[in-house]
Amino acid sequence: MSEQTFLDSLARRSAKRERHGPEPTWVAARRQAGAARFEALGFPTRRDEAWKYTDVRAIANGEFALAEDADFSQTVAATLTLPIDAYRLTFVDGIYAPALSQLEGLPQGVQLVPLSRALTDNHEAVGGPLGRLTGVEFSPFSALNTAFMEEGAVLRLAPGCVVDKPLVVQFLSRSGAQPVMSHPRLLVEAGARSHATLIEHHIGEEAATNFTNLVAELILERGAILDHYKLQEAPLGDLHVASIHIEQARDSRYTSYNLNLGGGLVRNDLISDLNGQGAVANFYGLFYGQGRQHIDNHTVANHNAPLTFSNENYKGILDDRARGVFNGRVVVKRDSQKIEGFQSNANLLLSDRAEIDAKPELEIYADDVKCSHGTTTGQLDEEAIFALRTRGIDLQTARGLLTLAFAGEVLEQVNLDAIAERVELAVAGKLPERFNLAGLVEAAAALLDEQ
Amino acid sequence: MLEVKDLHVTVEGQTILKGLSLTIKAGEVHAIMGPNGAGKSTLSAVIAGKDGYEVTQGSITFQGQDVLEMEIEERAQAGLLLGFQYPVEIPGVKNIYLLKAALNAQRAARGQEEVPAPEFMKLVKDKLGEMKMDASFLQRAVNEGFSGGEKKRNEILQMLVLQPRLAMLDEIDSGLDIDAMKIVADGVNSLRAEDRGILLVTHYQRLLDYIVPDQVHVLVDGRIAKSGDADLAKQLESRGYDWVVEESAA
Amino acid sequence: MATEEMEQLVRRDYKEGFVTDIESDTIPPGLDENTIAFISNKKGEPEWMLEWRLDAYRQWLKMTSPSWAHLDYPPIDYQAISYFSAPKRDEDRPQSLDEVDPKLLETYEKLGIPLHERAALAGVAVDAVFDSVSVTTTFKEKLGEAGVIFCSISEAIRDYPELIKQYLGTVVPVADNYFAALNSAVFTDGSFVFVPEGVTCPMELSTYFRINAANTGQFERTLIICESRAQVSYLEGCTAPQRDENQLHAAVVELVALDDAYIKYSTVQNWYPGDEDGKGGIYNFVTKRGDCRGARSRISWTQVETGSAITWKYPSCVLRGKDSIGEFYSVAVTNGRQQADTGTKMIHIGEGTRSYIVSKGISAGRSNQSYRGLVKIGPRAKGARNFTQCDSLLIGDQCGAHTFPYQETGNSTATIEHEATTSKIGEDQLFYCQSRGISEEDAVSMIVNGFCKDVFQELPMEFAVEAEALLSVTLEGAVG
Repeated sequence: MSEQTFLDSLARRSAKRERHGPEPTWVAARRQAGAARFEALGFPTRRDEAWKYTDVRAIANGEFALAEDADFSQTVAATLTLPIDAYRLTFVDGIYAPALSQLEGLPQGVQLVPLSRALTDNHEAVGGPLGRLTGVEFSPFSALNTAFMEEGAVLRLAPGCVVDKPLVVQFLSRSGAQPVMSHPRLLVEAGARSHATLIEHHIGEEAATNFTNLVAELILERGAILDHYKLQEAPLGDLHVASIHIEQARDSRYTSYNLNLGGGLVRNDLISDLNGQGAVANFYGLFYGQGRQHIDNHTVANHNAPLTFSNENYKGILDDRARGVFNGRVVVKRDSQKIEGFQSNANLLLSDRAEIDAKPELEIYADDVKCSHGTTTGQLDEEAIFALRTRGIDLQTARGLLTLAFAGEVLEQVNLDAIAERVELAVAGKLPERFNLAGLVEAAAALLDEQ
Repeated sequence: MLEVKDLHVTVEGQTILKGLSLTIKAGEVHAIMGPNGAGKSTLSAVIAGKDGYEVTQGSITFQGQDVLEMEIEERAQAGLLLGFQYPVEIPGVKNIYLLKAALNAQRAARGQEEVPAPEFMKLVKDKLGEMKMDASFLQRAVNEGFSGGEKKRNEILQMLVLQPRLAMLDEIDSGLDIDAMKIVADGVNSLRAEDRGILLVTHYQRLLDYIVPDQVHVLVDGRIAKSGDADLAKQLESRGYDWVVEESAA
Repeated sequence: MATEEMEQLVRRDYKEGFVTDIESDTIPPGLDENTIAFISNKKGEPEWMLEWRLDAYRQWLKMTSPSWAHLDYPPIDYQAISYFSAPKRDEDRPQSLDEVDPKLLETYEKLGIPLHERAALAGVAVDAVFDSVSVTTTFKEKLGEAGVIFCSISEAIRDYPELIKQYLGTVVPVADNYFAALNSAVFTDGSFVFVPEGVTCPMELSTYFRINAANTGQFERTLIICESRAQVSYLEGCTAPQRDENQLHAAVVELVALDDAYIKYSTVQNWYPGDEDGKGGIYNFVTKRGDCRGARSRISWTQVETGSAITWKYPSCVLRGKDSIGEFYSVAVTNGRQQADTGTKMIHIGEGTRSYIVSKGISAGRSNQSYRGLVKIGPRAKGARNFTQCDSLLIGDQCGAHTFPYQETGNSTATIEHEATTSKIGEDQLFYCQSRGISEEDAVSMIVNGFCKDVFQELPMEFAVEAEALLSVTLEGAVG
């Protein structure tokens, strides 16, 4: 039984941990609840509606150790780290790496610390919010995460605090003798009217084949503004499951930029509870799959209060035998009047063996709403191709340009130029050789820099 | 340079051009005028290679090459460039990409090296200046959210960068206010050269006050009914098209 | 809109809720192999048909009722249902309309069915299924001249066994799903249509279904076959009397279109929806599927669904033939405590296949409605195209409208477009109409009809009028 492998690993870990003295009771209790829940549920199968298109046997049948250290070459790390001026917290295979972190000069009112530190400092302050949005019931993976949780990032923003630079939480994946797993947590408490940009960056050594099982909980108080980038550039052998749950109070604004380029198997559950009037959630997503990559994005906007707004735009490009899944859901509760919920998803298949499964859902129990969704899977605009060809651009390059443009429509929403350019360049580089655009984009970027 | 002979074209089973002949020599500016529905836009669309136009008879040659046998991009690479009446919006494709890709393609087709980056940038900036356009425009998507005037200016900008051998401008004046028209006309006039032909398609004489043609042709019912010099355009302005229609019917 | 007025509208009466007092021959409730043998025997079926039924029954026993739909209803006690009810005079069944029990004819009169002369006027041939038995088929002769077979499925099993063996269960296999398996085991009657090669059926064909007897389930089975270049337009109508207990309707419809054939199947479904507290009403679990087997074949489903307490229905097309076309046009109106989970499946297998889906849902009262659709593009469906438009209109703040479209695309040359909107009737539209002197109720009716126009225009002319009227009745006073 594959679940047993994980339970055994858990038992070994507990025994080891006990030697370091007792944990706070609430931690131990949740760990136990997580283990029990995971044991009861087991890994999901394709028969579960939420996992209809995603097969997790690669995880279930895997044997993953737990990393013991955070050793990582400084020079290699330097090539992987985003070249932007930011505060940074780095984890290597889930273990905190102080040497690769940069927290100097954090402004007053900003706390960005590893979970282990937050627990040592004041575990009671963590116990309240941690696990409140994503409990062990959410999925077998959240249960498993809770059973294993030890490390992660805790970000606290004092009311009114505006952070001058992006806050990067970097997850580095190592290639080693044996695949490892990590179960990191991300806990964000954004105080009233605080304003910050958080970048979650997953990247690593090319040959890595590790499993990351992340649980993120983001609490936005009244009027808080948070831009949350998830830049997924993990190695193609990595397996990644994440649940990201956001709670939004009145007038808060949460924007997710889910930019997915890497990872062999990626599943994201992005859920926002819009609990206060005037709350706004924006979900922007771009995924590019190649080889046998499998990228599954599930999103939910829960309109629990009147006058809340959600806006979603996801685009997928799939080549080779890659498979993409988009499942977007807008739920409007009874009496949540004056709601606007928009959802748009478009996909392009570049190969006949690629596949996309899309399911945009609306679930509406109030009448004064404006909700819509549109999904397309299909072809590039013939008229645009013609227009480009009349300028002497050959058919393949025209297709390449339009494919890049397809991605560009999401990147236009990205506020950080460094990230938009990085992803555009990556997309240009990934396009099939016949399109041959990388040189063009690079040259054009260089030209504009000179300007 | 361009020779159109006895051209018959049908669109969705309907015959639009019925034996059109036209010769444009290097250095000349020709204007094709005519009432709505005479087939003016069909001519430029066929020369550019748009889908859905069936040539049932006749030929088009450009510098000795059979245009109808050429791919759309080959026509452009050979220097046959069309300025659209309604330029299409291409969201996400930045103008800088379009200009660079188009110039590279043209040069590659002619066996030339790519233009070095600094030179390309200088070229584009000069031309932007001529069209009184801001540099930020290069970062914007092709025609997306452009006003009518901006779209037309963008068409001319592409012409200035790509330096076609024959520039065809389809109703380049439509939807322009007088200031925008002057800028567009200046751009077109700067294209006038010994080795270049220009074909203007227009409904109104107004444009021809700014770009004085060598020859004016009146297109009526799929055929050139009358040709003359710039004065013919003036006559059309004062007398309308009816007399030409009647004359040709007689 | 004033909630009160809306409440009134919602509380309209079910106009078809009368019970016909006819002596019927009904077996006691319960289901086992004996019940099936009884039905088969009663129908005078051959041995192979009984075996077919028993096979379905045995498979059904191993299956479980589906739970994925957005529906909420208590478990159905299949032993509490009677599986056969026929008007008593079954032994000497009427040979012509004149011999039909006048009370029955009266029923159809009340229903406004264009039987008899009215049928002639409308040019409609009608097969009327009353409870479980096909009562009469009109215009048999005229159809016969054209080579079209239109009769009850029971007759077809007796008279055209080869056709039945060749086609029955080939589109919807016996164990396709829980309700289809149940139907395969116990179906009692339904229509059979066969249009031979090159023939365009000279008139619209029509069937009216009515559940009359208490505690009976209706399990009709319809099979329509169009050979190469054949065409037919078929319409079914459904009503049931008002009863306090829930009644089960589990039908199966199979369509087969060969090369260049065209089948147009229209439904106006007005089963009893239950009262405003959700008491009574029909449970409508229907499997409808068309198989575009031939190249360039086309199957078009049009449905107007206003009745039933529970609707579980996904008329589908399997687009096997090259360049074949599948269409689904639907208007569903739910009111009171009705629940509907309906939509379609378009399975693109062949090259160049196309499908169009237009779904209009109107929810009022405390009803809940879901559109559930699947568009699947297989790896060989080169250049396949789908367009889906799915709009929901909410009337009142106690109802729900949901959309669950599934898209599975495995071919890079396919184009799929899905658009969906959910909104309420625009205040400005209402105001505009009212400022032109139109009453609020009429204005709503107009706007809703406009909302549904794309679908109504797909209905045969005489039924489009009926559908519009039905819609107005359903929403009468329901506007606020």
